[in-house]
Amino acid sequence: MENIKKLILNTVPTAVIEEKQKLTVTVDSNKLHLLAKTLRDNAELPFDMLVKLIGMDRGEELGVNYLLCSSTDLSKEIVLKTGTTDRVNPLLYSVTDLFETAHFNEREVYALLGIRFINNPDMRKFFLNADWNGYPLRKDYDANPELNPLSLVSLEMVDIAPRIMETADGKLVEENVNIFEDDDYIINIGPQHPSTHGVMHFRTSLDGEIVKKIDVHSGYIHRGIEKLSENLTYPQILHFTDRLDYLSANINRHGLCMCVEKAGEIEVPERAQYIRTIMDELNRIDSHLLAWACQTNDLGATTAFIYGMREREVILHIFEKICGGRLIINQNVIGGVMFDIYNEFQKDVKSFIVYMRGKLVEYDRFFSHNVIALGRMIGIGNMSKEDAISYAVTGPAGRGSGWSCDIRKHQPYALYDKVDFKEIIRYEGDSYARYMNRLDEIEESLHIIEQLIDNIPAGDICAKTKAIIKLPEGEYYSRVEACRGEFGVFIESRGDKTPYRLKFRSPSMALVSAMPLICKNEKISDFIGIGGSMDYVIPDIDR
Amino acid sequence: MELKNNIKGIPTSEFNDNEYLENYIKELEANGVNIVLSKVDELINWGRSNSVWPLIYATSCCGIEFMASAAAHHDISRFGMEVTRNSPRQADLMIVAGTMVHKMAPLIRRVYDQMAEPKYVVAMGACAISGGPFVNSYHVVNGVDKIIPVDVYIPGCPPRPESLFYGLMQLQRKIKVEQFLGHKQR
Repeated sequence: MENIKKLILNTVPTAVIEEKQKLTVTVDSNKLHLLAKTLRDNAELPFDMLVKLIGMDRGEELGVNYLLCSSTDLSKEIVLKTGTTDRVNPLLYSVTDLFETAHFNEREVYALLGIRFINNPDMRKFFLNADWNGYPLRKDYDANPELNPLSLVSLEMVDIAPRIMETADGKLVEENVNIFEDDDYIINIGPQHPSTHGVMHFRTSLDGEIVKKIDVHSGYIHRGIEKLSENLTYPQILHFTDRLDYLSANINRHGLCMCVEKAGEIEVPERAQYIRTIMDELNRIDSHLLAWACQTNDLGATTAFIYGMREREVILHIFEKICGGRLIINQNVIGGVMFDIYNEFQKDVKSFIVYMRGKLVEYDRFFSHNVIALGRMIGIGNMSKEDAISYAVTGPAGRGSGWSCDIRKHQPYALYDKVDFKEIIRYEGDSYARYMNRLDEIEESLHIIEQLIDNIPAGDICAKTKAIIKLPEGEYYSRVEACRGEFGVFIESRGDKTPYRLKFRSPSMALVSAMPLICKNEKISDFIGIGGSMDYVIPDIDR
Repeated sequence: MELKNNIKGIPTSEFNDNEYLENYIKELEANGVNIVLSKVDELINWGRSNSVWPLIYATSCCGIEFMASAAAHHDISRFGMEVTRNSPRQADLMIVAGTMVHKMAPLIRRVYDQMAEPKYVVAMGACAISGGPFVNSYHVVNGVDKIIPVDVYIPGCPPRPESLFYGLMQLQRKIKVEQFLGHKQR
């Protein structure tokens, strides 16, 4: 990293480099784009993945933190910080041309903090309606409900995007662009549609039955979790993580617990680590089974849906016995786990492993080689490795495009450095690769559980923590491998019992942002099938 | 009419909130009941209550629990409700499963208005009842009953499939005491 520091100072001599939890570089807003481009293009260690883009109200200034990492080694990370003191008309430079995933994130920052990004091709608000008063994540936001009353009047869809572009001679021009052409045939898929896997709104323009362009509207389940968290203590925030991506509830919660434990220097007992890892993997199997079931259902195989849900029910029964929850399992707490395992836990899990292996063979036999299924998956929804990195598409979808992006391998947490497992990678990049990745990952998860289940050590299940957990001042990041990709947590603490700013990185947002790209020139019926293979969860995006 | 309608052989005494249904019957029968037509009503209601086709307005977690209810283990088709209709014009029942936010409010109202009478609404889960864990949020509607009328509230976060079925059986009991033909005009 010494060479990287030199490179940064050579590019921007005024940059301030600090060694915090991550290497943090603060630069002026007009130098940020240059620095990000240099870091992305350097040959030695290219920082070509934008993990998180975090809008911040730092008090007197509004700013953005960018967490970059290298796509070849996800543990090499760098944080770029920039900001502006203009609170009336804050403007920063966009990095959308460098990292495609920044597009939606910058629109989110505009909706929640009011920062507009120069050169972003489409500066509409992402989650909120265009006429929403105020910017909720600002510290001086007026939450008076009279400013934003509940309205039952349906709004017209306006397909005009404002943007600010910089001309060659450095002038800023505000302009409006039409998203669709005048004679485009546009259909709305969603927001209440059974095949969008939640309340997502895709405005799709068609040429016959070929998809020409997709415009994504989000926010139909935006609950403002990040703002709510700023007034809650850390143990109180835990339950929100379960309700983000409810299918990887346990893993999300693990991510937040890890972040707080790292910051507060809390040692987690080994028994708790074992229970956490086993529960995470059971959760992953549960999620992949549901994803498999929904994808087959999207392709028209209703029977397969029933099969997937049947196997999932066995895991849910184990969850129920251990902590009483089925979907939302309140198992992880700061410092360990809430409930110990029950007496017959090992027996139940082992019999499940045997049962599940048999079922995987069955799935393979009756669906994975079905000629209709193959015809609707092979060569459909292609995503190249470069696109996967640029859109930061992780998880089974990213690994289906040949990108090794498993956080469990790159930045092992809990017990993942002690167990032996393969990272499933396929290189085709189509729907079928993503489909097969999920089935193979179920097998790997079974393999991980097998290695741990007989060796759970005796001891405490939870470390003793103070009654009120206060984190020391600083910025803390943690990353875990959730079922749909990388889930990240960012906490900025100012020494209080509540976070100053909390941000979740949702894997599904990257998946949806790639949908317009990979669905282009595919048939409208395959749009549903591709959506099933990406397997996004909408409340995770909207938070 | 007495409240004796058994659903799946479960006696009336096993249900909570019987008082509410008894008051409902009293109100309906305040002007007397036509003997012949009320028998026809019973027949119609028997059919209606056992083929309630739901529209799943699933926005978040509760939708997954509904899917679990619809799958083989819990099997919602025992109640005649497995025919989920995604078109509001064919649905009798809207199950609101999940949080309702400001941006969604006009849309759920529009879908509700598109449903044909008679129509029912079930609020499934804490968010649909009151806003649940997100009650203090700037963008969350505190209960779907601020937008559309609700017949049955099912608490839980998310409710187990068993609680969903209990709520749906309560709805069936409500449908069974209604009067269509036998109701005298005031």
